[in-house]
Amino acid sequence: MSALSDQLVTYAILVYLIAMISHAVEFALGNARKVPAAAPARELVGAGAGGTVDEPAAPPRPDHSAARAVLAGRIAGWLTAVAAAVHLGAVITRGVAADRMPWGNMYEFVLTGTWIGVAAWLVVLWKQPWLRRLGLFLTLVMVLLLAFAELKLYVPIEPLMPALQSWWFIIHVSTIIFASGLFLLGVVPAAAYLMRAGWEQGRRSFPYTLARRLPAAAGLERLTFTLHAFSFPIFTFAVIAGAIWAEAAWGRAWGWDPKETWAFISWVVYAGYLHARATPSVKRNVATWISIVGFLTVMMNLFGVNFFFTGLHSYAGV
Amino acid sequence: MTTVDDRPSTPPAQAPRRRVNPVLALLRNSWRQLTSMRTALILLFLLAVAAIPGSVLPQRGVNPERVNQWFVDHPDLAPRLDQIGAFEVFGSVWFSAIYLLLFTSLIGCILPRARDHVRALRMKPPAAPKRLERLPQHTVLEAPAAADPEAIAAVLRGRRWRVTVRGNEVSAEKGYLKETGNLLFHVSLVAVLLGVALGSWYGWHGNRILVAGEDNAFCNTRQQYAEASLGPRVDSADLPPFCLTLEKFEADYLPSGLASRYWATVTVDEPGGAVRTAGFSVNSPLRLGSANVYLLGNGYAPLLKYTDKYGRSQTSEAPFLRTGDSNATEEGVAIFPDANVDPKTGARAPDQQIAFDGLYLPTGPESAPYVASQYPAERNPMVNLTAYRGNLGMDAGIPGSVYALDRRQIDDGKLKEIGTKLLRPGEKWTLDDGSTLEFVGTKPYITLAVRHAPGQTLLLVASGTLLLGLMGSLFARRRRVWFRVSPPEGGSPTGGSSLVEAGGLPRTEHPGFADEFAQLVAAVSGDEPDARRAREGDE
Ligand code: HEM
Repeated sequence: MSALSDQLVTYAILVYLIAMISHAVEFALGNARKVPAAAPARELVGAGAGGTVDEPAAPPRPDHSAARAVLAGRIAGWLTAVAAAVHLGAVITRGVAADRMPWGNMYEFVLTGTWIGVAAWLVVLWKQPWLRRLGLFLTLVMVLLLAFAELKLYVPIEPLMPALQSWWFIIHVSTIIFASGLFLLGVVPAAAYLMRAGWEQGRRSFPYTLARRLPAAAGLERLTFTLHAFSFPIFTFAVIAGAIWAEAAWGRAWGWDPKETWAFISWVVYAGYLHARATPSVKRNVATWISIVGFLTVMMNLFGVNFFFTGLHSYAGV
Repeated sequence: MTTVDDRPSTPPAQAPRRRVNPVLALLRNSWRQLTSMRTALILLFLLAVAAIPGSVLPQRGVNPERVNQWFVDHPDLAPRLDQIGAFEVFGSVWFSAIYLLLFTSLIGCILPRARDHVRALRMKPPAAPKRLERLPQHTVLEAPAAADPEAIAAVLRGRRWRVTVRGNEVSAEKGYLKETGNLLFHVSLVAVLLGVALGSWYGWHGNRILVAGEDNAFCNTRQQYAEASLGPRVDSADLPPFCLTLEKFEADYLPSGLASRYWATVTVDEPGGAVRTAGFSVNSPLRLGSANVYLLGNGYAPLLKYTDKYGRSQTSEAPFLRTGDSNATEEGVAIFPDANVDPKTGARAPDQQIAFDGLYLPTGPESAPYVASQYPAERNPMVNLTAYRGNLGMDAGIPGSVYALDRRQIDDGKLKEIGTKLLRPGEKWTLDDGSTLEFVGTKPYITLAVRHAPGQTLLLVASGTLLLGLMGSLFARRRRVWFRVSPPEGGSPTGGSSLVEAGGLPRTEHPGFADEFAQLVAAVSGDEPDARRAREGDE
C-alpha cells in the first residue's frame, strides 16, 4: 500500500506536468479568450475588453488557432482533474498504509495540502471557467512542490507519537492543511493579478508580458480576495484548535514556540491584507503584495521552521 | 466598493473657533492618527516583524538552556542582545509597546464605530433616492402580484429584510450582521488580550521530576519545583495544597522504538477530599480543582546502593536524564556525601565522599562500547559508571546540580577518579577500599508541569466569538433595496394596473447581488422562476 502511494505520487506529478504543457500550448496558441456573457459582474466585462488591448496590434490569428487553444485549455483542465484524482489516491493509500490520517510529517503535510489546493482550483475552474489560464501557474506550482516533497521530504511511514494522538490534533492539522492549501491557491491569482495589472497599465517588460493572455486584472484580484477571505477564518480556527490541543498536550495554550510564532506572524500579515484591502487609500497591488508576503510566512513556517529551528513541534520535521 | 473609510478628518467647519490649546490640538491629532486604519496597518506589520527575532533567537520562556548555550557560543553578542530583550522578545518593552499601541488604536476605532452602528440599527432604512434608475440594480415591474406597499413590505419581511414603508415607497436594508460581526471580532481581540493578561498576572506554573514510590511523593509548594514561575499577583502562600505520589508508569513502544502510549497512575491527596487514584497521559492532563498536571516526559531512576567501608549503606534514587536520543540513553549521577563517616567518632571525612556518574542504558548493546541504548524499554538494562572519591565540593555553598558532578573539584584534583564498571541489575562492584556499589534496579520517573492558568476560559470564549464575528464580517453583505409604487396610468381604477419600480444598492462588494435582486423582484411580481429573465432584462 505504501509503495502504491509512492507510485501514485509519481504518476500524479507526471500528469500535472502534461497538464502544464497543455496549458502552455493554450497560452502559445490562443488569443485572450472572449469573456463569456456569464461573467459575474459588469466591471469584469469592461475589464475583459480592456484585456484585449493588444489585439488590434497582433494580426488577427486564424480562427482555428484560437479554437485549438481552447481545446488545449480544456484538455489541460481535464488532465488536472485526472492528476488530482491520482493525487487523492496517493493521499488515501498513504493514510490506509499508515492506518491513521496522512498528516504525520512534512511529506504527508505537503502531499495533502497540495491536494486541497488543486481541489479548490477545480471548484474555481468549474464555477468560473474564464479563469482557466491560471492553470498554467497552478500546475507549475504542483509539479514543483510535489517533486520537492518526493525528493527532499520523503520519509517512510511511521505511526504517530503519543503527543499527536488526539482529536484536536486531527482537527488542528486538517484545518491548517486546508487553509494552507487555499492560501497556496490564493497565490496563483495574486501573482497573476500583479502581472496582469502591470500589463494593463501598459508595462511591456518581462514578467508583465506573461500576463498578456491572462484574464482581466479586476477579476483576478477579486478571486484573490475571495480565496483569502475564505481561508483566513479557517486558518484562525486552526490556530485556535492548535492552542486547545497544546493546552492539553504541553500544558500551555500558547508558548511562542517557533511554529506558534510563525503562525502568529502569518495571521497578523493576513489580517493586514484584509485591512489593506478594505482601506481605500491603500492600492490594490500593495494589498496583493501583502497577501504574497503572507504566503511566504506560511512557507517559512512549513519548511523554514522545520529546517532551521528546534521546538516542540519538531516532530513535524522531515 | 467597500464602504469603509479612514476615520473622517477634522471637520473644516471648526476652523474659525478661538485659538485652540496647541497641546490639546496635538493630542487630538495624534489620537486621530493613532486610530486610523493606516496606523493599524503599520502597527500590524511592526508586530509581525517584531515577532521574528522571537523565533530566530532562543527564548528564556521557551527554552532557557538554549539561551545559556547561546551565551556560551556568542559571548560578545549575547549580553548586548540580552540588554534589548532579544531573549525575551514577547515580554520586551518594544514588543509590548507595539501591541499596546495597536490595541489602543483598536479600542479607539471600535468605540465610534460601535456608536455609529447602534445608531444605524435604530434608524429606519433611508428613503428612496429620487431616481431609482441610477442605482446599480433597477427594474420596472408591470402588473406585479404584490402591488401595494404593504404587500411588498410583507414579501421583504418574509425574507428577513428590515423594512419601512413611507407612503408609496418601501425601503429595505439587510446585512447589518457585517458590521456587528466586525465589531464582535475586534472586541473579542481585546478580550483575548485581557485573557492573556489575566493568565500572566494570576497564573503560576512549576516543573519537576517525580520518581515513583511513596517516599518520593511531592506536595505543591514552591520549594518542591525545580523551576517555577509565579505571576506578579501570586504569592508562594497562594499555591493550593495537594500532594501527588507516582504509583505506576506504563509506556508502550513499537518495534521501531517509537512510543505508542504513556500512562501515569498517581494518588492524589487534596484537602477536603479522600485520597484517590487518578491516571493521566500526554494529551489528557490530570485536572485538579486548583491546577492542572501535565505529563511532559519520563525516564528511569537507577537504584544504586552504596555500602561504605564501615558497612553502612545508602541508596540513591536520583533520576538519570535523557540524553536526547530516541532510545532513552540516560546520564546522571549518584552522590553519597555522607559516606565513610566513622561510626565510632561520628567524624566526617570530607575527602572520603563518594560519587558515581555515567550512563543508564535501558537496553544495552551485546558488546562494547556500552554508550548508547538500543531500545527505549528495559530489555537489557545496565549502568556504565565511573566512581570518584574525594571532596565533592558541596559544602562550598555553591548550589550544585543534582544531575552532574562539580567538574571543578575534579579538575582541581580534589575529587579523584577511581575506576569504571558496567553493572547489570543485582550486580555488585567492590571498590579498592572494600566498599561496594550495587545496582539494585530502577524506578520510573515522570516529568511534570503543574500549571494554573486563570484566563483560559475567557480565552476560549473570546476565541469563539472572534471566529463568529470574523465570519459575519467577511461573509455578510450590507445592501439596500427600494420599491416605489405608482398609481395606474389613465386614472381608470379598473383598467390599468399599478407600476412598481425597484432599485437595489449593494453597500459592500457583493458579486451575487444582481441575482439576489432579481429573485426579490421575481418574488414581488409573483413569478419566481423567471428570476433569470428579470435579471437579463435589467442588463
Ligand atoms: C485602529 C485599529 C483598527 C481599525 C480601524 C480596524 C478597522 C477595521 C475595519 C473597518 C474592518 C472592516 C473591513 C471589511 O469589512 O472589509 C476591519 C476588518 C478586519 N480587522 Fe480591523 N481594525 C483595527 C484593528 C485591528 C486589529 C488590531 C486587528 C487584528 C490583529 C484587526 C483585524 C481585522 C480583520 C482580520 C479584519 C477582516 C474582516 C473583514 O475584512 O471584513 N483589526 N478592521
